[in-house]
Amino acid sequence: MAVLDKLKLWGLKKSPWVYHVNTGACNNCDIEVVELLTPRFDVERLGIVLAGSPRHADALMVSGICTAQARARLQEVYEQTAKPCLVVALGACACTGGIFHNAWHFAGPVDEVIHEVDPDANIIYVPGCPPKPEAMIAGVAKALAEL
Amino acid sequence: MNSLGYWISIMLLGFFGTAVLGLFFKWVDRFLTARIQWRKGPPLYQPLADLLKLLGKETVVSERASLGLFLLAPVVGFIGTAVAAAILWAVAIDPTVSFTGDLIVVVYFLVFPSLALILAGSSSGSVHGGLGASREMKMVIGYELPFILGMVPVILGANGTFQLSAIVTTQSAEGVMLLSGGGFLGFLCVLAAMQAKLAVVPFDQAEAETELMGGVIMEYSGPPLALIHLTRAMLLFVLPMFVITVFWGGIQLSGWGLLSTILKFLVLLVVIVLMRNTNPRLRIDQVLSFFWFIVTPVALIACVLSVAGYYV
Repeated sequence: MAVLDKLKLWGLKKSPWVYHVNTGACNNCDIEVVELLTPRFDVERLGIVLAGSPRHADALMVSGICTAQARARLQEVYEQTAKPCLVVALGACACTGGIFHNAWHFAGPVDEVIHEVDPDANIIYVPGCPPKPEAMIAGVAKALAEL
Repeated sequence: MNSLGYWISIMLLGFFGTAVLGLFFKWVDRFLTARIQWRKGPPLYQPLADLLKLLGKETVVSERASLGLFLLAPVVGFIGTAVAAAILWAVAIDPTVSFTGDLIVVVYFLVFPSLALILAGSSSGSVHGGLGASREMKMVIGYELPFILGMVPVILGANGTFQLSAIVTTQSAEGVMLLSGGGFLGFLCVLAAMQAKLAVVPFDQAEAETELMGGVIMEYSGPPLALIHLTRAMLLFVLPMFVITVFWGGIQLSGWGLLSTILKFLVLLVVIVLMRNTNPRLRIDQVLSFFWFIVTPVALIACVLSVAGYYV
């Protein structure tokens, strides 16, 4: 069984498919995510592919402050994702709330919202406004190394 | 009459050989696509890593899905592809096992993956799945007719036989079907239908990951999704193998024949990849009018040419 688990882990590390969730971002982080797919960074060489459905995904890339409207939807999307999966809190807003920390529609940073549904969730923080593409790759790589 | 063990070993070879080569072809496809887009591209083991990862993940089934059919659909598609591959391998290894009508049997089993996708989409309980299934049905209605009509010149050229080995021997005696007038037009029609059967751009309307988010396969996760991806990879090998057997002199497994067979596979694969990378996805009505009003008439012309005697 140990061999099988190792194979599974190897597969997971070599092919993380990403589903992108926007929970009220200003679109700046999203534009940087798209940059990851361009020839300059080309994350497909690391096996990272954007998936169209949370069922296919191994990592949820959450950008934006979690607004009151998006909160329940983010939790539902997390529950629909096939486990094991990672959550990447992308940008200052997703990590802490950023400059919207005291806004009326702020419903808690992404890690708290996810921990409410699953206390053991793997969450990665990539701060920045927006984070550089290099920082995103480094964040995902570190998280995968620790699995 | 061969023993049962012989057939089982042919089945296993058909499955494993096709799976390994199919995954390799999948990598070639992704690598060439990346190079065309001036990217570096994934490493050689990428399709295998995807497969292993999906096998290790949990299977989520929606409450609204019809559980049995939902899980059965990937198996149906996989079995159809594996049996078609086994028949083609058996004919390539030992032409004497070819039986009357095996061309029809292979065509029949090659419809299974499309039917399985229709089943998958409509049993998934998702709106996107339903829309994808409806598109897949229209695609099947569109491309099956020219796919079969395109093979009529070959059947006429081989004196009206539906036997794969007879088609291959005719070609080695009288030259490949591809180079005859009717055969060439038929080959072009079958290439277009092959692109649609593989469900790659410009004919990936049933999945359309930028539009339907995966469509028919949207609700799948874990091992069933792995099976769907494996079926796709195997099809990427089986369909060119079928086209080579029928139109291009058959599969040869020894000497210079092996080298030329590999080259033929590469040519077909590069054609598929180039078509996929240089075309946008068509609307579903454009697909139907393309197949009905352009490809089918061309296939009919090919039939007429063959009947008039231009098949060799």
